[in-house]
Amino acid sequence: MNRRLLRSDTAMRWANRAFKDRNRTIYTLLIIGALLFPSFSDVTTGGSGNHLVSTAADAGVYVLLAIGLNVVVGFAGLLDLGYAAFFAIGAYSYALLASSQLSGSPLHVEFHLPFWVMLLVAMFVAASFGAILGAPTLRLRGDYLAIVTLGFGEIVPRIFRFLGAGSPIGNWTGGVNGISAIDPPKLPAFVSGPWFGVGTPIRVVSPFDFSDSNWSPMDYYWLVLILVAVCIVLVTNLHNSRIGRAWMAVREDEVAAAASGINTVAIKLLAFAIGASFAGFAGCYYGAKLSLVSSENFEFVVSVSILIMVVLGGMGNIPGVILGALTIFFVQFFVLTNLPDYAVAAANAVGLGFLNNSGGTWVGLHDEVQRLNYIVFGGILVGVMLLRPQGLFPSKIREQELEKGTAEEAVFDIREATD
Amino acid sequence: MGAGGPPPLPLEQVATLAGALKGTRSALSGSLGTWSFLGGTILILSVLLLPKAVASPAFFLQILIYGVANGAIFALIALGYTMVYGIIELINFAHGDIFTLGAFLALPLVGLFGMTDSTPFSFGVVLILLLVTAVVMVIDGGINVAIERLAYRPLRNAPRLAILITAVGMSFILEGVMYIWRGANNVHFPDVLPGSRIPIPGGASLGVKDVIVIVSAVILVSLLNVFTGNSKLGKAMRATAQDREAAQLMGININRTIAATFFIGAALAAAGGIIFGLYFNNIRFDEGFTAGLFAFTAAVFGGIGNIQGAALGGLFIGLVQAFSNAYFQAALTDVWIFAILILVLVFRPTGLLGMQVPEK
Repeated sequence: MNRRLLRSDTAMRWANRAFKDRNRTIYTLLIIGALLFPSFSDVTTGGSGNHLVSTAADAGVYVLLAIGLNVVVGFAGLLDLGYAAFFAIGAYSYALLASSQLSGSPLHVEFHLPFWVMLLVAMFVAASFGAILGAPTLRLRGDYLAIVTLGFGEIVPRIFRFLGAGSPIGNWTGGVNGISAIDPPKLPAFVSGPWFGVGTPIRVVSPFDFSDSNWSPMDYYWLVLILVAVCIVLVTNLHNSRIGRAWMAVREDEVAAAASGINTVAIKLLAFAIGASFAGFAGCYYGAKLSLVSSENFEFVVSVSILIMVVLGGMGNIPGVILGALTIFFVQFFVLTNLPDYAVAAANAVGLGFLNNSGGTWVGLHDEVQRLNYIVFGGILVGVMLLRPQGLFPSKIREQELEKGTAEEAVFDIREATD
Repeated sequence: MGAGGPPPLPLEQVATLAGALKGTRSALSGSLGTWSFLGGTILILSVLLLPKAVASPAFFLQILIYGVANGAIFALIALGYTMVYGIIELINFAHGDIFTLGAFLALPLVGLFGMTDSTPFSFGVVLILLLVTAVVMVIDGGINVAIERLAYRPLRNAPRLAILITAVGMSFILEGVMYIWRGANNVHFPDVLPGSRIPIPGGASLGVKDVIVIVSAVILVSLLNVFTGNSKLGKAMRATAQDREAAQLMGININRTIAATFFIGAALAAAGGIIFGLYFNNIRFDEGFTAGLFAFTAAVFGGIGNIQGAALGGLFIGLVQAFSNAYFQAALTDVWIFAILILVLVFRPTGLLGMQVPEK
C-alpha cells in the first residue's frame, strides 16, 4: 500500500525469522558450551578445573529443576511455591534406600539399591506426592494452590528434620545431620578416555564407580548433561503434544478449556505430578553426587530460586528457562559469593577503605555486600514481572499473550496468512 | 464450595457475633457445615487437651493466657491479609514482612526517646509508646501503599500469576532491607513494659504484658470493625471488594480505596510488630515470613475476607501454637499449623465464618 507499511512488514518478517531461529541458536550455543566447558575450565584454571566442573554439575541440577518447574508454572500456569519439597523427597528417597541409614532405624535393615533404578523410583515417589497433594487442592483457585504448596514446602523439610535421633518413632532421616555416605552411582563397566580429562587412556573400566577420583567430578558432569538432555527431549515432546496444548488452554482460560472438553482437573494434576517427578529425578542425582542430604538444602529459598530461574528465563520456553537457571546459578554461586571480596578490594583501591570497618549497625562492607542476596532475588522477581513479564527469552506464544494482547495477535495472524 | 444464597459482603459481617453467624449461614452450605467444622475442631482440641488440663489446671491456664496473647498478635497480622485478599484477591506475601518492618522501624524511635531495658514504667512511657506506635503505623502504612502503587497496581489486570510472583519478590526485598540494616541475628527490643504478674487463684498468674497485648489488640480490632462498618471509606472498601466495576460506576475512587486498604492493613501489622517486640523483646529480619504464613493460616481458618474470622483465626492459631509447644512436640508445631492450613483449604476453603469466594 505505502512504503512505510511495506518496510515494517519486511522488518517484522525478518524479526520473525530471527525469533523462530532463536531457540535453535540457544540450543546450539548451549551444546557447544556444555561440551567445551571441561576443557575451558581446565585451561582457565591451569589444569585444576575439577572444582569448576563439579560446580557446573551442580548447576545441572538446577537446570533439571527449572525444566520441571517450568512444566507447572510455565506450561500449566500453576504457581508452585513448595517445589523444593519434591526435590527433597527425591533426594531422601535415594538417600534412604542407598545408604546404611536405615540400619539405625527401627527396621534394622539397610538397602543399597542401584542409582539407575532409584532414578525412576525417586521420580515415581515424588510424582505420587505431587498427585496426593494436587488431587484435593487443584480444584481450588490458583492462588490457593500457591499457598498449599508453600505450606507443603515448609512441612516436608521440618518432618525430615524431626524424624532424626530422638523422635518418638525412631531415627529415620538423621535429623539435622541429614544422611551421609550415600552410595555413588555404579556401572558394571564403562569406557574411560580423554572425556574424563586430558591424557586419560582409553580403556574399559570394570566396574565403574562414579566417586572414583580418577573421573569424578567429570563423570557426574557428563551424567547430568545426559539427564538434562533426556528431560529436554521429554518436555519438548510433551509441550508439543495434545497434553501440552491442553496445558496452554487451561492456563489461558480454564472455563473455555473445560467447555472444549478438557478435563481441567486431570490435566492440571498431570502437570503438577510431572513437574514433581522432575524434581524427584533431580533430587536423586543431587543426593548421589553430594553423597549427603540435609533438610536445610530444601528450604523456601530454594523454591524461590527455582521460581526466579523460570520467571527470568521466560515462563514456558525451555531453552529460555535453561538460560535463566544458568544465569541465576551463576549469580547465586559466583557473583554473590565473590562480590563481597571484590567490593572490599574496590573500596580499598579508591581510598574508601574505612567502609570495611564495622561500627554501629554497619558491619563492614564485606558483610553488608554479603547480605545483598535477598534484595537481588526480590529485585529480579519484581523487576522482571513489571518490565518484562515474558522473561528474557520468552516463548513466542507466551510473549504475545503477555504483551501484545489478543486483538493485535489476530491482525498479525491474518498478515501471516496472506503473505 | 458452598452453594445457595447471595454472596455476602466480604468485609461486612461486623455488627454482632450473632449477626455474623446469621450472615454466614446463608452463604455456606447450611449452618450444619459451620457447626460441624466448629464442633469438630473443638472436639479434637478437647480430646487432646482435656487430660492435660485436668492433670494440671494451673499450667493449662498459664499456657492458655500465653496462647491468647500470642493469638492476638497473629490476629493483627491476619487482618491485613484478609482485607487485602477481600478487596483485590491477592495473597500479599509481603505482609508478614510489613509486620516485622513495624518492629524494626520502632527500634530507632524507641532509642531516640532513650528507652532501654532499665527504663522504669510510667505514664510517660505509655505516652511515648503510643506516639511511637502511631508514627510507625503511618510510616509502615505509607510503605505498603508505595509497594501497592509500584508493584501491584500496574499488574492488577495482568495474569494472576504475575502479581503473586511480584508479591513474593517484594517480601524478599523487604527482608533484604531489614537484613542489610540489622543483620541475621535476633535484634533486641527494649523491655519497657512492666514485668509484674497478677496471681490467679490456683497457681497461674496473669502478666501485665499479657493484658496490655490482649487489650490493645481488642481495641484495634474493634476500631477496625467500627471503621469498616460505619465510615464512608469503610463502606467504599466493602463495595469495592464486592464488585469493583460497579463500585467504580457508583463514583468510588477504586485506586484510593485499595490504597487505603493496604494502608490500614499495614498499620495494623505495624502495631502488631511493635506489640510483638514489646512482648517477646526479640525480633529477626525473617520473623515475618513464618509469622505471616501463620497469620495467613489464621485468615484462611477464619474465612478469608472476613474481619472477625481473621481475629478468631488468629486466636485459634495462637492457642494451637502455645499448646503444641507446651504439651506436644515443639519441633512439629509449624507442621501442625501448616497441616491445618492445607486441611482447611482442602475441606472447607470458606473457613469458619467465610465468605463465598468467587471463582475467577
